[in-house]
Amino acid sequence: MSHNDLPRTIQSKLSSSLTAYHDLVQQILDVLTELGWQKSDLFGVHMALEESISNAIRHGNNEDPTKHVLVECQLGPDRFWAKICDEGDGYDPEHVPDCCASENLEVPGGRGLALIRAYMTSVEHSQCGSCLTMEKRIAP
Amino acid sequence: MGTYRRIDVNESSNVSVVRFKDQKIIDPEAIQELGQELFDLVENDGRKKLVLNFSDVEFLSSAALGKLITFEKKSKRHDAELILTNISPEIFQVFAITNLDKLFQIKDSEADALAVL
Repeated sequence: MSHNDLPRTIQSKLSSSLTAYHDLVQQILDVLTELGWQKSDLFGVHMALEESISNAIRHGNNEDPTKHVLVECQLGPDRFWAKICDEGDGYDPEHVPDCCASENLEVPGGRGLALIRAYMTSVEHSQCGSCLTMEKRIAP
Repeated sequence: MGTYRRIDVNESSNVSVVRFKDQKIIDPEAIQELGQELFDLVENDGRKKLVLNFSDVEFLSSAALGKLITFEKKSKRHDAELILTNISPEIFQVFAITNLDKLFQIKDSEADALAVL
């Protein structure tokens, strides 16, 4: 593996404000664009970051200004990996209602997680649900 | 009928055609304002035929989808017809993943929507 093949890493400690993370998301998208990622794949990464970080701030930390969200990313030409951790009590993703079931179409909530799962190759919850790890692999 | 910060509204033979001013509908305050401006169209103005033209929208979050779902419910409650148009392939995929393509009436273009309203 040459030096250029090593993934770029980005780490950030965000405050629990729903406007605090847009610059970080743009920075990540800019790096992936430099690495040659296409528009439709960038859209998926954008969606997954938007939904995972806003979930962590809104539901994990309850927008508590004393709490933070840690974001760690590894960015490569054919792989995006991110871990998002909040300081909340966690949750059981199995208990999030299926937003896409016909009886739940008009029910708010659950759509963010459905979108993350749809756009990422793999999604895992750890630390009792207060950390989410997601990965997207694209054909090189 | 006032001025809007988040939408543009044009009348076309009794149909209100709404376009979004934000290319990325993400900011929570903007989403709140957007929702209120949309709700006012059916709750205060009493508009009965609406087209939401998405041609300027590049990205939207699930919070924005939530407002659109509430708007759809309010439109139904006020007997207003609502059609979404000009949705990019990326945004349409968001609707498809969340099954909202089944909740909303979606047409390719404004002309297609005007033809059935």
